[in-house]
Amino acid sequence: MTVPMIRLENVEKVYRTDRIETVALSGVNLDIEEGEFVSIMGPSGCGKSTLLHLMGLLDAPSKGTISLNGAAVTDASDASLARLRNQQIGFVFQSFHLIPDLSVLDNVEIPLLYRKVGATERRRAAEGALERVGLSARMHHFPSQLSGGQQQRVAIARAIVGRPRVLLADEPTGNLDSQMGDDILSILQDLNSKERTTLVMVTHDPRQAEKTARTIRMFDGRRVN
Amino acid sequence: MLKNYLKLSLKILGRRKFFTFVSLFGIGFTLLVLTLSAAVLDHIFSPYPPETRGNRTLVIDAVRMQGKDSMSTGPAGYALYDRYMRDIPQVERLAIISSPEMVISYWKGARLQSMLRRTDADYFRILDFEFIEGGPFGDVDVSEGRLVAVINESTKRKFFGDSHAVGQSMEADGQTFKVVGVVPDVPIFRLMATGDLYVPITTAKSDYYKTRLRGGFMALFLLKDEDAAPGVQQEFKARLKKVELPPGFDKILGKPQTFFASFAQAFIGDFEGEDAGDRLFAILITAATLFMILPAVNLVNLNLSRALERASEIGVRRAFGASARDLLLQFLFENVVISVVGGVLAFAGTALVLGALNQSDLIPYAHFALNWRIATWGFAFALAFGVISGVWPAWILSRLTPIQALAGGVK
Repeated sequence: MTVPMIRLENVEKVYRTDRIETVALSGVNLDIEEGEFVSIMGPSGCGKSTLLHLMGLLDAPSKGTISLNGAAVTDASDASLARLRNQQIGFVFQSFHLIPDLSVLDNVEIPLLYRKVGATERRRAAEGALERVGLSARMHHFPSQLSGGQQQRVAIARAIVGRPRVLLADEPTGNLDSQMGDDILSILQDLNSKERTTLVMVTHDPRQAEKTARTIRMFDGRRVN
Repeated sequence: MLKNYLKLSLKILGRRKFFTFVSLFGIGFTLLVLTLSAAVLDHIFSPYPPETRGNRTLVIDAVRMQGKDSMSTGPAGYALYDRYMRDIPQVERLAIISSPEMVISYWKGARLQSMLRRTDADYFRILDFEFIEGGPFGDVDVSEGRLVAVINESTKRKFFGDSHAVGQSMEADGQTFKVVGVVPDVPIFRLMATGDLYVPITTAKSDYYKTRLRGGFMALFLLKDEDAAPGVQQEFKARLKKVELPPGFDKILGKPQTFFASFAQAFIGDFEGEDAGDRLFAILITAATLFMILPAVNLVNLNLSRALERASEIGVRRAFGASARDLLLQFLFENVVISVVGGVLAFAGTALVLGALNQSDLIPYAHFALNWRIATWGFAFALAFGVISGVWPAWILSRLTPIQALAGGVK
């Protein structure tokens, strides 16, 4: 029996303020196998992004267990979680989240700064990742000098530079026109098919969801399929 | 990693020019005041000529006599040192010098004012004056009360212009002295060494000074080695107990100390405490810290409000593997870098202000200069300022969860 790459068991996420409690996720059980390309769909506010953030160890569940490659990570320390995010997970965000003060190349190098990797090797890996997304010619530009599609490709290069086993994409084409969106999706498909990177993508676009192997549907913080 | 932090810090400084200007102005001005203070204190207390034997020199510039209903504080009298403090074991030499006294000379139709010191021959053996012309007066000059004088460079210029002074005569306080030596000007801060004219103690117009226990004199003790200080101080204290005090007084306090401790004692006004130097040093460090706190709080505010702009960066770094500790170090390092840049600007500003002070003649005979000690203090102040103003914002920013940061949620 193979161990799932990501497993969520009875996961619940509640946001509390002084006055109100908002249940963002409730009783979510989910397995994602190694090498799968999964999309998550649902209406706005249904908990898609929260689910992705929990899978990416960016946030902690209020209840339940999350396991990565068979190991429970729910109670791991800040340093251990940082190490896991650094070595196993890559993120692509809807609004790119590139650092405006850094060049494209420096942005892509970020994950490797938190590993014991020398400057030359870091540079070589970042150049390779940029080549992979077709942006070699733009590596010394700053994010503000690029189009939205190019910025998202930089974000993908940054996500894959450390060769993570899991890539989590939160509406990666949400801010792009359909042509650019298709380009980005084909890069993600390519990563999944050629490198067996496990891919989880939140999307509103059924056309894109159809291109993934499996779609998880969410409604009101619950999984509905 | 540090290289990357440095690179990023410099990039941020270069790209956010207004923030950089505002921060550097505040940091630079604060550090300028501190570095300037350090330069002035260094000028007063560090071992510059002629006080080059500071490590084995003790000085005393004031004593306190106490009685049931009376107290008298100020320079001791000649008799206290001459009768009671000679031949202390471990003391190689004792020099007695009068407190500075302003005297008038009428010279070629002009009325000139000079600071006169009366002293003995050992004074020039304890202090390391670099004679520009001639040399010091000797024991025979003192014992025979010869009217000879060592003068400083400025006095030489006032009286004799560019011509040689040694061998010439000059009038001061109604007496005519023959110049035997010319020494460089000594800043007015150096109470033991400063003066325009140094003449034998025995040229005083009356012998009354020889009988007084209080008033008008200071002393320098040159120790045989620097470890002898505690023993000499103990012996001094023991001898004070044997002093025959005038009616109305039953106790006399005071002790020979280093130049700094002696100043500290006068500043603090405590004649019984054991560690006036340490206490003054603590007071100065506390004052420097307090002086840094207000601008540091301003910088904390500025940093925290600017953090809103950088929330996304924090989120990204957290998402891609930075731990809270990594971010704490990064933001602290950034703050230290800007503070050190501010420190460098402050150091340059200090050089300009000191140059202007030297030119202005506001402080007689001051020749302020920068050196490695002041640079070290300046660097230490910059580092301390960077840490004080950087720790809190760095701590707040590093505590954000990745999600809070990505959502721009810095509260």
